[in-house]
Amino acid sequence: MPIQKDSPERPAKDSPASAGEFRVIGVPRRRVDARAKVTGQTRFADDIFLPRIAHCKLLRSPHPHARIRKIDTSRALAHPGVYLVLTGKDLPIEYGILPVSQDEQALCLDHVRHVGDPIAAVIAREELTAFEALDLIDVDYEILATISDPEEALATPEPRIHEYGEEGNIHKRVALEFGDVEKSFAEADEIFEDIFFYQGSTHLPIEQHAAVAIKDPEGKLTIWSSTQTPHYLHRALAKVLQMPPAHIRVSATPNGGGFGGKSDPFNHEIVVAKAALLLDRPVKICLTREEVFYCHRGRHPVLMKFKTGVKKDGAITGMHLQTLIDGGGYGSYGVASTFYTGALQTTTYHIPRYRFEGCRTFTNKPPCGPKRGHGTVQPRFGQEVQLDKIAEKLKIDPADLRLRIVESPNTVTANYLRLSTVNLSECIRRVVKTSDWKEKFRKLPEGRGVGLACSAYLTGAGLAIYWNKMPQSGVQLKLDRGGGVAIFCGATEIGQGSDDVLAGIVAEVLGIDTFDIRLFTGDTDLGPVDLGSYSSRVTIMAGNAALQAAERARELLAEAVAIRLEVPKERLRFAEKSVFDSAAPEKRVPFHEAVCLAEARFGTIGTVGSYTPPKSPALYKGGGVGPSPTYSYTAAVIEVAVNPLTGWITVPKIWIAHDIGRPLNPPLVRGQVEGSVYMGLGEALMEEQEFRRLPKKLSHALVHKFPSMLEYKSPTSLDMPEVVTELVEEPDPRGPFGAKEVGQGPLLPIMPAVANAVYDAIGVRIDEVPITPEKIVKALAEKRAGRDPRYGPSHFPHVDWPEALRVPPPWEGGDGNAVNDVPRHSKPRPEKEKVLSS
Amino acid sequence: MTLNGEQVDVSFAPYKTLLEVLREDLGHTGTKHGCELGECGACAVLLDGKPVLSCLVLGVECDSRNVLTVEGLGLEGTLHPLQDAFADLGAAQCGYCTPAILVTAKSLLDQHPHATRDQIRAALSGVLCRCTGYLQIFEAVESAMVKIAQQNGSAR
Repeated sequence: MPIQKDSPERPAKDSPASAGEFRVIGVPRRRVDARAKVTGQTRFADDIFLPRIAHCKLLRSPHPHARIRKIDTSRALAHPGVYLVLTGKDLPIEYGILPVSQDEQALCLDHVRHVGDPIAAVIAREELTAFEALDLIDVDYEILATISDPEEALATPEPRIHEYGEEGNIHKRVALEFGDVEKSFAEADEIFEDIFFYQGSTHLPIEQHAAVAIKDPEGKLTIWSSTQTPHYLHRALAKVLQMPPAHIRVSATPNGGGFGGKSDPFNHEIVVAKAALLLDRPVKICLTREEVFYCHRGRHPVLMKFKTGVKKDGAITGMHLQTLIDGGGYGSYGVASTFYTGALQTTTYHIPRYRFEGCRTFTNKPPCGPKRGHGTVQPRFGQEVQLDKIAEKLKIDPADLRLRIVESPNTVTANYLRLSTVNLSECIRRVVKTSDWKEKFRKLPEGRGVGLACSAYLTGAGLAIYWNKMPQSGVQLKLDRGGGVAIFCGATEIGQGSDDVLAGIVAEVLGIDTFDIRLFTGDTDLGPVDLGSYSSRVTIMAGNAALQAAERARELLAEAVAIRLEVPKERLRFAEKSVFDSAAPEKRVPFHEAVCLAEARFGTIGTVGSYTPPKSPALYKGGGVGPSPTYSYTAAVIEVAVNPLTGWITVPKIWIAHDIGRPLNPPLVRGQVEGSVYMGLGEALMEEQEFRRLPKKLSHALVHKFPSMLEYKSPTSLDMPEVVTELVEEPDPRGPFGAKEVGQGPLLPIMPAVANAVYDAIGVRIDEVPITPEKIVKALAEKRAGRDPRYGPSHFPHVDWPEALRVPPPWEGGDGNAVNDVPRHSKPRPEKEKVLSS
Repeated sequence: MTLNGEQVDVSFAPYKTLLEVLREDLGHTGTKHGCELGECGACAVLLDGKPVLSCLVLGVECDSRNVLTVEGLGLEGTLHPLQDAFADLGAAQCGYCTPAILVTAKSLLDQHPHATRDQIRAALSGVLCRCTGYLQIFEAVESAMVKIAQQNGSAR
């Protein structure tokens, strides 16, 4: 159903809801938190002002790599208005988002690993005073050699950036093989080998990270923070502060954009918590924009080598993918990111044999982590551009080629990912039709072109960050005598509409209005755990938990109303804020009366729901990254116009189709698609987290090229093309009301579709992101000189790969275990080594 | 100065920006900040009807001038048509740039009640939004424009 022009004023006739099926789900609605947002009343973390509040500023390393010999804070402490100065000695316990990478200290004790690494904190009455006092802290550094990229990291084992990891400056190496890939190449008619590079980029949320901590009247800690993952922050605070978790309350304030950049527990959060406890007064920090660039955790720069064997008809016989990943100075989600660079290749097209090797290195740059599409974006770029090259060589239309090889629904892939609904073919057919692809591809005048690409993404990561057998999401409902319903859930509102998802589902089940619902979310004291807003998990996980809790409440109400109305409870319907007999709708009680009847019969009405993803068939080590209850699919066609003289690219129009399952609130779904398209275009054309060395006569330090919003280019309202969005709806049995994810998947096809369109327009391959005018001009010069009309990396450095875990695919008699490793269930492993996911 | 139609007297340190005075001294936290360097546009307010970046204007410059923030957009308990349209059409996702975009759009529509899509694009180009991809924002402005024209028509 095209939803281009959906609006609440639009008669609901076009939506399935009006067919009588649903009253709330699928109907374009004002989101529950919209009024607060348009009146400026949404309370973001930095909007919290409290009596006696003190302000915190962090002293950050100006050096990319150094030992701290000595820190003297006495002058800062003596500065009028300064309450407290903290250093690494005050917070020595290491933490990190993944149990295997507990490698961060809130304030560096003796080793700084990137420019911006925090060393000390000043807490003062005024923000300006704290800022001034930073200059009064004397630090004696011993400068160490700097490692700027993965190739240098491979060649430079000393000095080590971290004392843990595989060896030298290699953080993580993985190798997995699903079937004999060499044999699959022998069976191929054509073999394609391509090397791609995907530059790093950052989230650039408009809201800078901020946090306020207090020691509450009972002596416990409360922290409000712009975090996507209050539960994980809760755990990190308990660990570093050595406090019982029961004495810590984390409240995630609505995030002013997250995109993955607020998913780690951050040093500044731990510092203000410690300071508030010591000072017994509220302490606030709000990062400057420059500091946000140093927090980073953004897209990993990844070098990729794809070797793919195909038959003449386009069928893939096997694929071998190698990735070399620039991790920056800390682990962050990096181990999971490493696995993710090889996880989802098999989810879109049938790949009978697959080998993946990935290597993440440490470098002296701000740490990389999860950004929208986490780790899967970079290899998707390579895979879809290579497929375009394959189609050209085989003389098959790229859309037709993809349609031939799309993976089937309800399949287990070569690497043991279990797929549910797969509507990629329909997505392709839709964009081919709406874009008039057949009339445009290879037919537009020189300088204009179209490109097509596809993708898949998780609807929630199958496993938690830390190993446990508990649900990934929980919801509590409270129904009161006035007909009000309160939802308590740890799910975190980062702008994507997670509150509205919960409210919409509960309202639908109980037949009430979303605005009759109060939400208490993202708070570790108020609601049951939800793991957070990452991996597109909220709709399916918190949504299913809400669905279960609401159905349980409805059951109680139905039983009580059935007795009052003397009708079988199966005949009762919940709609229009009433409970009524579907056979005789005049027999009804208002919703609030139904609650009273139920309360009289059963006592206080409160229900719970929880959600645990299905078990994955991937039993091999590393198989924890990639499984999801179901996957979303997207196809996009992009038209570009390229000026051959300047290399300037404009994008007039984009057609995109997304396999959503069912849209819970169509305007919000469309907003996620268009927001993803926008962010993808930024990455395709301009965004890059780049570094440069200062001259030798200065410090020769490796510094961020442009830690400012002015220089870090991102698309403005003038750059956004027209977008035609279509939703392909086939309710997925695993999603609440059939819904799948939409927040991340639609970003993935954008970058390769742009690259493919550039080739269609001017006949040069840009095997690198971002695709800048400079690269186009260089590639065109190569073309004119009769050389390979291409811009991109030419070699993949040598990596000592470990022996691959060999896991025979399902169709070769495999059972999900590696044949050369001890099966997981019989091998006891300490907590730290458990397979991780994000 | 006059803030949202109301005369206010406030004393503050002379180096403070209008943004800081609004948020810290007058408790008007509806106006946001994303860089405090004039790069992101999130702090836009209307000064004598024209959009300015409040992080680049000193508080003392605003003596006896008119400042309009998102808090002053609606009238007597009702939302401004722009606010209604933004709420209904998905134009506010995280809501962080929304106050700046709303007042900037108001200024545009005050001057150009029949603004074209290109005029809307140009007027809003100084405020960055990372969530929406701008399209639903354009549509909300256009929808509000129609509503405002209808209101003005029926008032006549």
